Amino acid sequence: MKKKLLTGLLAAAVLVTSLGMAGCGSGGDSKDAAADKGSVVIAGSTSVQPLSEAVAEAYMDSNPDVTVEVQGGGSGQGIKSIEEKIADIGALSREVKDEEKASVADEYVVAKDGVAVVVNKDVKVNDLTLEQIKDIYTGKIANWKEVGGDDKPITVVSREEGSGTRGAFTEITGVLEKDDAGKETDKTTKDALVQPSTGAVKKTVGSTPDSIGYVSLGALDDSVKTVKVEGIEATVDNVLSGDYKIQRPFVYVVNSEMSDTAKAFIEYATGAEGQKIVEENGFIPVN
Amino acid sequence: MKTREKAIEKIILICAAVSTLAVALITIFIFSSGFPVLKSYGVFNFIFGENWRPTGGQYGILPLIAGTLGVTLGALIIGIPTGLGCAVFLAEMLKKRSARLFKAAIELLAGIPSVVYGFFGLAVIVPVIREYILPLVQKINPDASSSGFSVLAGAIILAIMILPTIVSISENSISAVPREFREASLALGADKRETITKVILPAAKSGIFSSIILAMGRAIGETMAVLLITGNMAQIPGSPLDSAATLTGTIAMEMSYATPEHQSALFAIGIILFVIIVILNSIAQAIMRKFGGMTA
Repeated sequence: MKKKLLTGLLAAAVLVTSLGMAGCGSGGDSKDAAADKGSVVIAGSTSVQPLSEAVAEAYMDSNPDVTVEVQGGGSGQGIKSIEEKIADIGALSREVKDEEKASVADEYVVAKDGVAVVVNKDVKVNDLTLEQIKDIYTGKIANWKEVGGDDKPITVVSREEGSGTRGAFTEITGVLEKDDAGKETDKTTKDALVQPSTGAVKKTVGSTPDSIGYVSLGALDDSVKTVKVEGIEATVDNVLSGDYKIQRPFVYVVNSEMSDTAKAFIEYATGAEGQKIVEENGFIPVN
Repeated sequence: MKTREKAIEKIILICAAVSTLAVALITIFIFSSGFPVLKSYGVFNFIFGENWRPTGGQYGILPLIAGTLGVTLGALIIGIPTGLGCAVFLAEMLKKRSARLFKAAIELLAGIPSVVYGFFGLAVIVPVIREYILPLVQKINPDASSSGFSVLAGAIILAIMILPTIVSISENSISAVPREFREASLALGADKRETITKVILPAAKSGIFSSIILAMGRAIGETMAVLLITGNMAQIPGSPLDSAATLTGTIAMEMSYATPEHQSALFAIGIILFVIIVILNSIAQAIMRKFGGMTA
């Protein structure tokens, strides 16, 4: 009896260990492989994720020996993943911050994205200036009549603290104030509803009367009304020409130990074919 | 045979050790990750600070504590009478067979994923509050305003979510009250209402209290459903129609994008939650001890 049990336990232990080893082994080790073999892990901004997935799919079609895995997590996670070498490439939906520069060996702008200002369909306002948007989001303007609309209180919808979209939006509109010492304060009104994703913002703005929110240009649909900013419509052409002010870059970052496979992938993404996919996904190609 | 027993004993010991170790590891991890911010920002400032602006380096979680307590309290105010009434009805008034059917339906509520509750709240409860409840409130207080994303919405959804816990545990302990108690009460000339309120409920109180504590734990810990419908406004809510952010919701929402210090602050929120839950559990155990062990 005892012997049987022991054998069983031993077998189980061996099985668990070998499974565990297999799980660990399948990850990295792409460094020594040739550029058209191995695996690439991309982690980071959820805004960049759909784009990375599309590029990865096309890349894997033409390079069957390469697997590209795309994970989310947010821009902060993108930096963290290359710091901790969990991923080969970190994806950011904003510029690399100064305090992050140390862990980034190289950065590549893959695409640009505009942030569109959207309102509920019952709102009569069609055009806002950056100043007005800032005042709405800081709570200085609280009624639509102050910007030429009906006499209705504004329901402000924002993204969560730390979100790349919020970062881009607050910085460009000036909701993020910098004092002389360079310290940044996000002045978004405390009376703003906070929603944790682009979809949730669209859903909230679409269903809440007199509300205003902001979403990625690629995520626009007709559930909400898009307003012009400084008289410029939120379109691809206007972002590329620089006329449309609320825009941000999508950046791939790598650490100093970039594998050849990862390098080849980035070259693909920033090259002609990758840029075509960028365009197909509603983002703005840069090369 | 003896060696076999010994081996099984060891295996069970390992199982016990693993679960205890898991708790210990999680505790150590949360505390070591959250401690730096608690230390540099100050525990008092952290708990009683009124500004939660993590990107600006302000980590006051009083609004989040207020939001969590508000939503939980609201859920208990709605959920306890409903759940208890339901339990009494199932155990004392309904025939056994139909009671089983009702109970199965209520327990089904426990199997619905919380994100589904959240979507239900977003699609139904939030608009109902904005379009029907707000105008009613405005008749009394014309200045009232609400987007529908509110403490009330969170409380209603949580009340539905904690119903299965309250109903099934309370119903079990009411059913466990010996038949003689009812017969004695009725023999003394008490009517059914008096029997229920004066004899059965007091006899089942330990089970009822533990159901309420468990429900409260669930309400405090619930994240996804509440995240979608309370508006996540880091501000101390002044009325049930105001938006609020909760401790768990804020952790879930901000973890993915957080910078290292921000992340540490989110873990520190985890520490506070941990402490709240430990306090609740101790209260629950104290109540159990006081009322004796008659549970279902």
